[in-house]
Amino acid sequence: MGIEIKMPALSPTMEEGTLAKWLVKEGDEVRSGDILAEIETDKATMEFEAVDEGKIGQIMVAEGTEGVKVGTVIATMAGNGAGDGTGDGAGEGSEAAPAPKAEAPRAEAAPEPKKAESGTSKLATEAKATVKDPALPEGTEYVKTTVREALRDAMAEEMRRDERVFVMGEEVAEYQGAYKVTQGLLEEFGGKRVIDTPITEYGFAGIGAGAAMGGLKPVIEFMTFNFAMQAIDHIINSAAKTNYMSGGQMRCPIVFRGPNGAASRVAAQHSQNYGPWYAAVPGLIVIAPYDSADAKGLLKAAIRSEDPVVFLENELVYGRSFDVPKVDDYVLPIGKARIVREGKDVTLVSYSIGVGVALEAAETLAAEGIDAEVIDLRTLRPLDTATVLESLKKTNRLVVVEEGWPVCSIASEIAAVVMEQGFDDLDAPVLRVTNEDVPLPYAANLEKAALIDAPRVVAAAKKVCYR
Amino acid sequence: MAKPTTPRPSRAKAASPARAEARATADHAGADHNRPRPDTPKDYKATQEELLQFYRQMVLIRRFEEKAGQLYGLGLIGGFCHLYIGQEAVAVGIQSALKPGKDSVITGYRDHGHMLAYGIDPNVIMAELTGREAGISRGKGGSMHMFSVEHKFYGGHGIVGAQVSLGAGLGFAHKYNNDGGVCVAYFGDGAANQGQVYESFNMAELWKLPIIFVIENNQYAMGTSVNRSSAEDQLYRRGESFRIPGIQVNGMDVLAVRGATEEALKWVQGGNGPILLEMKTYRYRGHSMSDPAKYRSREEVQSMRDKSDPIEGVKKYLTEAGVSEDELKKIDQDIRKVVSDAADFAETSPEPEMHELYTDVLVEQY
Repeated sequence: MGIEIKMPALSPTMEEGTLAKWLVKEGDEVRSGDILAEIETDKATMEFEAVDEGKIGQIMVAEGTEGVKVGTVIATMAGNGAGDGTGDGAGEGSEAAPAPKAEAPRAEAAPEPKKAESGTSKLATEAKATVKDPALPEGTEYVKTTVREALRDAMAEEMRRDERVFVMGEEVAEYQGAYKVTQGLLEEFGGKRVIDTPITEYGFAGIGAGAAMGGLKPVIEFMTFNFAMQAIDHIINSAAKTNYMSGGQMRCPIVFRGPNGAASRVAAQHSQNYGPWYAAVPGLIVIAPYDSADAKGLLKAAIRSEDPVVFLENELVYGRSFDVPKVDDYVLPIGKARIVREGKDVTLVSYSIGVGVALEAAETLAAEGIDAEVIDLRTLRPLDTATVLESLKKTNRLVVVEEGWPVCSIASEIAAVVMEQGFDDLDAPVLRVTNEDVPLPYAANLEKAALIDAPRVVAAAKKVCYR
Repeated sequence: MAKPTTPRPSRAKAASPARAEARATADHAGADHNRPRPDTPKDYKATQEELLQFYRQMVLIRRFEEKAGQLYGLGLIGGFCHLYIGQEAVAVGIQSALKPGKDSVITGYRDHGHMLAYGIDPNVIMAELTGREAGISRGKGGSMHMFSVEHKFYGGHGIVGAQVSLGAGLGFAHKYNNDGGVCVAYFGDGAANQGQVYESFNMAELWKLPIIFVIENNQYAMGTSVNRSSAEDQLYRRGESFRIPGIQVNGMDVLAVRGATEEALKWVQGGNGPILLEMKTYRYRGHSMSDPAKYRSREEVQSMRDKSDPIEGVKKYLTEAGVSEDELKKIDQDIRKVVSDAADFAETSPEPEMHELYTDVLVEQY
């Protein structure tokens, strides 16, 4: 009986991948567990195993083919028995990309099963900023770059520029980064400057802070900021307070970076936005960019800063492409928000992945005749309240969009600032659109319900516009 | 034959010789003799001038701390204030072997002694204790948070055990810069039970960082004795499972301390990675100024003072070397003057200006 072997999904969010290499050829006998092929995604390379015994019939997709959609038939197999032709994608799944058992149906089996979608899919948006960086001259060329590449480029450029800069963390070197953000750095800079650590966040955060006190410029990667909880003492007590406690004598110029916020279907312990936590601490700089250009320009600025910086990235946008200006040494100012869409009826304030949700909402609102202005805060400490208040003067209405909990949030802070300093400009109460006030659940439907989305932003914007 | 993990018999009886012998046998059975080991340290052969210098520094620390205790009692020093009295030989012995400006030092909150031993001006230390503008941290750090980057003294850290990871980072910087420097990271028997200490041990040995870990075992973490808090109470062994050799040292004898430090420096500078020194020492005063003193007897403290005092020990060496009582008295008087001047300076210096509240939060302007 013929079995179709289909392109497997190696992670919950994978839609397509590269068939990097076939390890079998037509006519080979394979047994379950044999490795058939190597599949590459933007996150990782993984081995694809047979789950059935049989003979490889025809190879339908040649090795080296990029953009093979999940579910595409890539080969056929003459089976020795009834079985499921789809391989089990579990290879060396990284923490970041757990490989589920891909329970794809046999060719003749119908209908397609209900795919467990992630609630985070609604955080993904095609909406882009409509306003370019005004500091750049007319005619600047732009290059499509993923956020992941932009971050890597920023580190590489700063490492070329300053010998004191080094990158340290779990899997940053030989593995090329758990999320491939440090890809290629080991090759260019060597093991002295790109350092794999044991799984020991508290220890290496302290070593990084000590190295910074000793005159180096460490970039410490946390595989995710959830794990930085183990190291938060050094971020706050050692890094943030040193300059003050020493009367300006001893500095700690360090960057703590890594993905932050909700990821897909990884549940409560792996899904949390630490923006408000770190933004509460005097002595820290906290940056949370959305797109590739800001990721690059602000990470470069963070590495150059003489202050300790918490740099919050977002796993769900790592693979998205945005325009990055093709200029030498693109460094952005820390502490400046950016208007990413101009409007006059209501101001939507957000940061990180929430900016995409706000931009999508703004498009919907535009179709309904409401002209929304969208502000990307970019830096959470120091907060650029001037840009927010200036926009409020124009729109008189404000909604904060935050992929995070509502209590003691950045949204709460913005609401307080607007109360104190922009009260006379308000024509409606400030509304907060945030995640639900619960630990993030695993079940797809509950996860979906817990996270922000554009319709909620649209509803809030209409409410403050009394529409 | 050298058995470096064997504790040297303690002249001051800080470690019981009988127990030390028993441990030596056990170590012999378990030790991996295929790995190189540091040699058993010998007491340092100090010149008369060096002995006088040790004496001066130790007396300076003692008198300074006594004065700090007085000023605390008068309400001139606030918050926590952890005195180093009784432990003077440790900082003085170790730091006499280091090169200021090249080797780095980091410690916890019981930090006054280390700063004085590194030659930092007593005036600015005392002025920090009283919270004055002229203090080394401009009055913003206090007793537990003092630094002198110029002297490569990196604090003065208030979180128990944090200085061990930070110290490993300083060692990392020495290696990265290939500057030939060594970091000395001091911590107490209490901190020796913190998890990050072992995370740091692991990476320090893995990467062969130039660092000397010094456990100042003063026998009590606040009021909890080592025996009540540590499953392995022989703390010099705490690095063994990371392949970090450990040496137990009589921390009440400045020559033993200096001798062990020489051996440790030789080991670390030879590219062998870190080493652990357990300094058996004793603090005469409470953990901090507010200490109930219920966890040990007055007799225990008095017995230590009588039999093991590090300053009396050095005085004995000096007398044996023919230094007259008068000469020592002259030193004592000079130091009393230095300390009383420091106290006057600290009491009369102005407090920080109000605008200082907002300075030094960040280095740059954004």
